[in-house]
Amino acid sequence: MAPAAAGDVCTDRVVSDRAVLTFRSIRRSFRSGKRCVEALKDISLRLLPGKVTGLIGPDGSGKTTLMRTAAGLLPPDSGQGRVLGMDIVRHAPAVQAAVGYMPQRFGLYEDLTVQENLDLYADLQGVPGKLRPERYRELMHMTGLEAFGRRPAGRLSGGMKQKLGLACTLVHPPPLLLLDEPTVGVDPVSRRELWQIVDRFVREEGTTVLLSTAYLDEAERCSEVILLYDGELLGQGPPAGFCDHLEGRTFVMRVPGMHPRDLQAKLAALPAVNDAVIHGDGVRLLLAPQMSAAADKLLPGVVAELQAVPPRFEDGFVALLNQRRRQANRPPVVLQPVSGARETGGKSDGHAIEVRDVQRRFGNFFAVKKVNFFVKTGEVFGLLGANGAGKTTTFRMLCGLLPPSAGKLYVAGVDVRRTAAAARAKIGYMSQKFSLYGSLSVAQNLQFFSSAYGLKGRRRSERIAWAFQEFELAPVADAVSATLPLGYKQRLALACALMHQPDILFLDEPTSGVDPLARREFWQRINLLAARQVTVMVTTHFMEEAEYCDRLAIMVAGEILALGTPSAVKRRARSDGCRKPTMEDAFIHVIQSREMRPGI
Amino acid sequence: MISRIIALVIKEFLALLKDPKSRFVIIGPPVAQLIVFGYAATYDLTHVPYAIYNESPCAEARALAARFRGSTNFSEVARITRDGQIAPLIDNRKVLLVVHIGPRFGRDLQQRADARVQIILDGRDSNTALLAMGYVRKIVNDFNLKWATQHGLPRPFARLVVRSWFNPNLLSRWFIVPGIVGLLTLVVTMLVTALSVAREREQGTFDQLLVTPYRPWEILIAKAVPGFAIGMLEATLIILVAIFWFQVPLMGSLPALYTGLFLFLLSGIGVGLMISSLSVTQQQGLLGAFMFLVPAIILSGFATPILNMPPIVQKITLVNPMRYFMVIVRGVFLEGTPFHLLVSQFWPLAVIGIAALAVAAWLFRRRLY
Amino acid sequence: MTAGGRQTDSTRLPDAVRVLMRLRGLIRKEFLQALRDPSSLGIAFVLPVVLLLIFGYGVSLDAEQVPVALVIEKATPEAAGFCGAFAHSRYFKPVYLHGMHAALQALATHRIQAIVHLRQDFSRKLHAFNSAAIQLVVNGVDANTARIIEGYVEGVYGNWLQSHAADRGLALKIPVRIEQRIWFNSNMRSRNFLVPGLVAVIMTLIGALLTALLMAREWERGTMEALMVTPVSVHEILVGKIVPYFILGMGGMALSVIMAVWQFDVPLRGSAWVLFLATALFLLTALGMGLLISTAARNQFVAGQVAIITTFLPAFILSGFIFDIGSIPPAIRAMTYLIPARYFVAILQTVFLAGDVWPVILPNCLALAVMGGIFIGTTRLKTHKRLD
Repeated sequence: MAPAAAGDVCTDRVVSDRAVLTFRSIRRSFRSGKRCVEALKDISLRLLPGKVTGLIGPDGSGKTTLMRTAAGLLPPDSGQGRVLGMDIVRHAPAVQAAVGYMPQRFGLYEDLTVQENLDLYADLQGVPGKLRPERYRELMHMTGLEAFGRRPAGRLSGGMKQKLGLACTLVHPPPLLLLDEPTVGVDPVSRRELWQIVDRFVREEGTTVLLSTAYLDEAERCSEVILLYDGELLGQGPPAGFCDHLEGRTFVMRVPGMHPRDLQAKLAALPAVNDAVIHGDGVRLLLAPQMSAAADKLLPGVVAELQAVPPRFEDGFVALLNQRRRQANRPPVVLQPVSGARETGGKSDGHAIEVRDVQRRFGNFFAVKKVNFFVKTGEVFGLLGANGAGKTTTFRMLCGLLPPSAGKLYVAGVDVRRTAAAARAKIGYMSQKFSLYGSLSVAQNLQFFSSAYGLKGRRRSERIAWAFQEFELAPVADAVSATLPLGYKQRLALACALMHQPDILFLDEPTSGVDPLARREFWQRINLLAARQVTVMVTTHFMEEAEYCDRLAIMVAGEILALGTPSAVKRRARSDGCRKPTMEDAFIHVIQSREMRPGI
Repeated sequence: MISRIIALVIKEFLALLKDPKSRFVIIGPPVAQLIVFGYAATYDLTHVPYAIYNESPCAEARALAARFRGSTNFSEVARITRDGQIAPLIDNRKVLLVVHIGPRFGRDLQQRADARVQIILDGRDSNTALLAMGYVRKIVNDFNLKWATQHGLPRPFARLVVRSWFNPNLLSRWFIVPGIVGLLTLVVTMLVTALSVAREREQGTFDQLLVTPYRPWEILIAKAVPGFAIGMLEATLIILVAIFWFQVPLMGSLPALYTGLFLFLLSGIGVGLMISSLSVTQQQGLLGAFMFLVPAIILSGFATPILNMPPIVQKITLVNPMRYFMVIVRGVFLEGTPFHLLVSQFWPLAVIGIAALAVAAWLFRRRLY
Repeated sequence: MTAGGRQTDSTRLPDAVRVLMRLRGLIRKEFLQALRDPSSLGIAFVLPVVLLLIFGYGVSLDAEQVPVALVIEKATPEAAGFCGAFAHSRYFKPVYLHGMHAALQALATHRIQAIVHLRQDFSRKLHAFNSAAIQLVVNGVDANTARIIEGYVEGVYGNWLQSHAADRGLALKIPVRIEQRIWFNSNMRSRNFLVPGLVAVIMTLIGALLTALLMAREWERGTMEALMVTPVSVHEILVGKIVPYFILGMGGMALSVIMAVWQFDVPLRGSAWVLFLATALFLLTALGMGLLISTAARNQFVAGQVAIITTFLPAFILSGFIFDIGSIPPAIRAMTYLIPARYFVAILQTVFLAGDVWPVILPNCLALAVMGGIFIGTTRLKTHKRLD
């Protein structure tokens, strides 16, 4: 099983058999507690050489299992897999030696420097010493890490870590590159750069790439897409193939004077509408088949601007999921819309959150530098920024989890520094990881949090009953929370945070990893809360989610660089080259204009 | 407010007991260790291997040798006939001692009533050597007494009468097993409390808890209660095993024992929560608990007396809660020490407990963020 | 340039060179990590020193300056003569108390550990050859110390008997006297046997803890997954782990030996190379144990817990370093054979105090080699380049 021989085998076979990777009826299951989870259900696929194939699906859909199987790390329960012409079970060591693999949290040695990490992987991959200087120069230049050779990997930003991970994998260019969620938690600029590196390798070296991601908008960058959902292969093909059949069914609707949230609530309730999401100051619609003709008669008596837009990959995914739901005889979730128009402006002079000149220092490092903003009562306010931009620090200060080094913070009219406990009774908090007591059952979690917020007697039992009903948790009441699927965990976490009917709700990346339907359902709930004058503060990585906010702030390196409504923020990025900037363009524009500012 | 704290306490118990791993840590090792250590940790010697080197053909020499053979403390593994055989036996640890009865033994005894028997000991393990020597002395003394009466020697003008109080047969198990009560109770309490905050920090639930209206001291109380309850239960279980399985007499009063246990748990929990507040990960908590436990056990008088330590080290033991509990538990078990005589042990424990809890509360508040 | 082109450049290196290159990479990485991460250096070098200091000073079975009460009911020259012997002994710290009541009170409150009681009629009976009773009451709670005190008092008593008889011009008739000769440790310093034993306990702890935590760390941080999808083989991963920590462990051991000899004045009678060889075997066993624990646990927390439970207390109580193995009931004694520290304690006590006694060293070394082989072999079998 000498790696050299493996290399020879693969080059021969690639020529004779065009597929770099073939899976035939691969199945794989895991035991988790008493449950047996089928991570891969009868997966068959082929990967063609020299292409970037995107493996797309929500968390828990089996992406990582598929990646590991392809890398020869996990033998399948049944089925056949060949990678570079070698069987993934019988020739696992040869497969491992031949492919390039970057696991999810790339295994960088954090206390080793950038250069030392590269050296290690060059040694492991057997790159001859005389080839190294040139190779290193090339990789460092490509990743923009030239200046950081002596910096420990642990002290790089999230984006730089991912780029270093990629560089380590590419130190010996593999014929097949497996990248497991390389763009997760990375800011849009670094994400673009990562994609550029991948594209360049595909172009120049003819590398085949299989890249998994939970970001649906990345599908459009791939030449082929494999859509995975709940361990099943929903489809494989060019990204356009997933949404082309929806041509003519997608529109953006604007109603002047009507809040997009209300518009969306109205539209989502219509049977003719398959999907409705807020898009800037309008609502993006996916109409049911054969309903496009009726597009302008959806809301009788309302003067609406309607604009046809090309379908996106996400539309295709949602359509597929809705179809599955129907086949499973599960009705699509429709929440009760709020009756009556939203009071806009009525109470808006009341500030639910006020942040004045807030700073936070860790040693010599300023995580947050003199930040000022306020959030109006009943507003949905988004905080955007890459990892390490200071948004989590700001967020934690607002919840009273971290005292500011300087400045003033008012939450629900209370100075957080003085009376943190009083402020905390008025807020609900839901964290990134849906942190609940994993060993407790769903009911026990609800019981605990209701008592924690001081609910007693009838009110307590009413609220618990409400949570079971509202969040459809009754069927899993006695299940241990840790074993629940992600969607349930998210709902349980939200239920716990809302137990005491808080005035302000803090959501820290509330939808990371959940599928688009669950995400829509979640935002519907948030919108309902906002309509009841609950203030919502949310952080997110998803650029399209930023569109759902009334106002948002973009944080970079501890400062707020843009603040305003989504449309206003996007407008700032408008230029000749980019007439209709997306939120991502706006984000990148903000970061780049800061870098160009003199004196920094 | 009380109901809120109760809810938190219930949650702590559930979190602790529903996780099979932590359930195992609480129940498995202590029970196994109690049984194993209860039997293994003993200074009493049985079957000390020895060799006899008898150069004297007389009956007295045979009688003396027979006394060794008849003792349960000794077991004869070799008989040797020349000097050269001694060294290999001792060097190779085949025997701990060699009883050498010289060729003139019988003559000296008959003629002058002044014979010698040589005992060659392996001093590598000096404690075992010392104890074995004690047994040898007893055998020889008994032999002398019998011989003296048989041969009408004048009675000696003095004699040493030894009485040992509280433990008449000097069973070291009586000394070690009550000590294990303290040892295992401390280990379990530390494992329960020292990791409790770190576990929540790692799972991310700590933030979730902190955004609820709980005040830091309420969280601290709720974290202390399970450690306390489990410590009490565990200690009771071990005490029962000590009394009914190992047959250690319980001379004193249970209120005195449980007062001591209460204060001991208080200080143990205080230290555990201190470590807990300081550690961010469970691993740090574990290492912290370990770093406290090792010196606390060694410097408590559990295995070796505090009085044997150099004066400076003895001063250091004054801050070790286990030191006081060792005195209490052994006093109550074996000496029947009444409550009022234990006050001198109770108050330092109380001071340590309150100080540790205060520091834990202070650290907890400071390290919340 | 194509992928194939690059491929052939590197495949030109012979296999042996590539293996060595990979090992170099792994070992260098491990050293760099150890140097940057203070905790592993701490475990390797600071922990042995601290533990040896605590244990070395804290664990002692030599009772000296035992507080003893002398109760003399009638002050006579004979009684004073007898008690004078206690004042001059380094083993005793005598206090004079009036009456047994006060003395028993003092015994109950632990102010004294023993009472020597001379009755009213002591001198009278002494002169009348009527076997005057000298009563010794010891607190028997700590049976070991009680026995040691008893021995000391017997010594004092024996000397006094002789000198008293000589003073009165009498020949003391003791039919059989014991002549004791203690080999290897003639002063009976308990430290001489405890310190080598401690070294063994500490090295078990360090060897197992170090590797248990470090291997588990690789799993936890995901670096193991990245390592696996490279041409590295399982053997290379294991060798890459063992070599650096073997060297660190040897350093810790050297430090411990230096401390034992210079700080605690323990004689080193055996030869250094035997010590080195035995330590090497033992370290391989301890590292193998740590590797096995972490391979099975794959989680730093569980690995740490298991390492502590399976190393410290068993090595402390079941290795024979303080409690005599021969006196443990057979069923539990059988368990001691599973504890590597047991063999190392035997080797160290012999090498330090007795010298190179091959019949002791060889079987114990053999046992260590077998155990080490089993541990490392099982680890090898249980480590696959697979994730399930």
